[in-house]
Amino acid sequence: MQDFFDIDSALSEEERAVRASVRQFVDERILPIIGDCYVEGRFPNEIIPGLAELGVFGANLPEEYGCAGLNNVSYGLIMQELERGDSGIRSFASVQGALVMYPIFAFGSEEQKKHYLPKMAAGEIIGCFGLTEPDYGSNPSGMITMANEQADGSWVLNGAKMWITNGSQAKVAIVWAKTNGDKSDKSIRGFVVPTDTPGFTAKDQKGKLSLRASDTSELVFQDVHLPKDAILPKSGGIKSPLMCLTQARYGISWGVIGAAMACYEEALTYATSRVMFDKAIGGFQLQQQRLAVMLTEIVKAQLVSLHLGRLKDSGKLTPQQVSLAKRNNCDIATDVAREARRLLGANGILAEYASMRHMANLESVYTYEGTHDIHTLILGQAVTGLSAFN
Amino acid sequence: MKIAVCIKRVPDMETRFKIAASGSSVDETGLKYDMSDFDGYAVETALQLNEKQGPGETVVISLGPDVVQEQLRKALSMGADRAVQLKSDRVPADGLAIATALAAELKSGGYDLILFGRQAVDSANATVGPMTAELLDLPCATAVSSLEIANGRATARRELEGAAEVVEFSLPAIVSVDEGMPRARYPSLKGIMAAKKKPLEVRPAQLGEERITIEKMELPPERAAGRIVGEGPAAVPELVRLLHTEAKVL
Repeated sequence: MQDFFDIDSALSEEERAVRASVRQFVDERILPIIGDCYVEGRFPNEIIPGLAELGVFGANLPEEYGCAGLNNVSYGLIMQELERGDSGIRSFASVQGALVMYPIFAFGSEEQKKHYLPKMAAGEIIGCFGLTEPDYGSNPSGMITMANEQADGSWVLNGAKMWITNGSQAKVAIVWAKTNGDKSDKSIRGFVVPTDTPGFTAKDQKGKLSLRASDTSELVFQDVHLPKDAILPKSGGIKSPLMCLTQARYGISWGVIGAAMACYEEALTYATSRVMFDKAIGGFQLQQQRLAVMLTEIVKAQLVSLHLGRLKDSGKLTPQQVSLAKRNNCDIATDVAREARRLLGANGILAEYASMRHMANLESVYTYEGTHDIHTLILGQAVTGLSAFN
Repeated sequence: MKIAVCIKRVPDMETRFKIAASGSSVDETGLKYDMSDFDGYAVETALQLNEKQGPGETVVISLGPDVVQEQLRKALSMGADRAVQLKSDRVPADGLAIATALAAELKSGGYDLILFGRQAVDSANATVGPMTAELLDLPCATAVSSLEIANGRATARRELEGAAEVVEFSLPAIVSVDEGMPRARYPSLKGIMAAKKKPLEVRPAQLGEERITIEKMELPPERAAGRIVGEGPAAVPELVRLLHTEAKVL
């Protein structure tokens, strides 16, 4: 879309080059197929090698582990462009990079990093992240999945996880579990679990009306025996998975802008070409109001995420700032998508157009990685010093 | 092989262009730029030749102000080894002035092959490649859609109107590249990072005399609105008659 606010002037040449490369990939390789994938309810596995070759998986992690070593603004722009294609594609990349590669990088042993990160960057190993449980969504501290240490130092894992993106095609799962019978959230540790370990099962969750071009699964662990070195040695307490969520939420704040941009562009093109009452509908005040509001909210969201990225790159980012961006940007993106769908009239309900697909996707993005409401309470707590959670 | 690729920075051709106040140039406000499409094919061709034939060097060259470094770095991020900017305040309209500067740079470079795009997608002159060949006294094959190289000789296919021709020539030579050659790869994110560390030399362009200047630019006239002659099969006879008598295309 048109760079109405000249935000490009605040990006470096390298950041623009990264965006251009991913944008071209999305235009040529994702947009032509994504509508059909959505209707068929399948994730396009055929694009994984291309995404890996481009280098999008864990792109902000260091080169020594086979990653691109980009700054966080570039990483955000990648998420924006992927989600301009579809939230399911961006979710895939977010999980792989921010929720599996990042915890291995941040909490893993050198052996774990050297074994997993280059293969994950190359798309040879796909990962998933198991934190949410059927009865513990917004309150992950309450989780009941338990890992008990055996006499020989190995572990036995029992429990279940739900809403797990990439769950059924992952070769490795990062599973968060309480340990050794201790029910406090301080006992939570991360485990690297190969999905072919006996006792590990993953089952697709059927009937989704959102994120249809994305695999979502339920994981069950029944006496899953894990070696001693399956634990992420530097993980400890609920803070560790929350750090992963901060990474992913950061990417989401950028990603949803891409979905909103796609909807705005589609709406603008439609408004200037669709003729009703002998003139382009973009000439009617009601549609101009829609477009003006969409444009304004997108520009504001872009500035929020760009500044957030600069804060992250300078090491000054707080999780509460990420909450503000995730909350705001998902909120405006859902509004932009819905208004675009409405502007498109009856055509707006067809899979041939992108707006309703994005609109339905964004309802999930609004809800996952901390619901809109939970981020509201995080902000409320941050400014009042009073917790509404307990 | 040591291969040089000459590339040009051009505006995004999807733009709705406006003529600048001077009347002799394009209004550059808000324009986005990229490497000319055919030049992208040329860079890809060079990279694939060197990947296939073993150790070699791909050098990209562009003439113009410092902004052309962006396109040079794009070629470096695709995999070129080093870049040269022939610095000048602007890109002359006279292809011979540019070819003179390129020939001066290429003359002593020891290149086995020098590649150009078939034409720049903005000015569409298709002159700089052949002119450079003439100045360097090298064989030149233009608008090549496939290229084989073995034992110091090249075989190239050229697509013509309704036919094709195959030409053979010795190296060193100049080849301008058309569609049919492999499309430019996506610069990988690692490639973009690596490009920052690759050498980019800047030298003043030794431009030739500029004997052609742009006097005036104008946009194509607005097309007249179409006419609907009727609907359904009943309209066909009238449509055929008008195509015969009025449009004279049948």
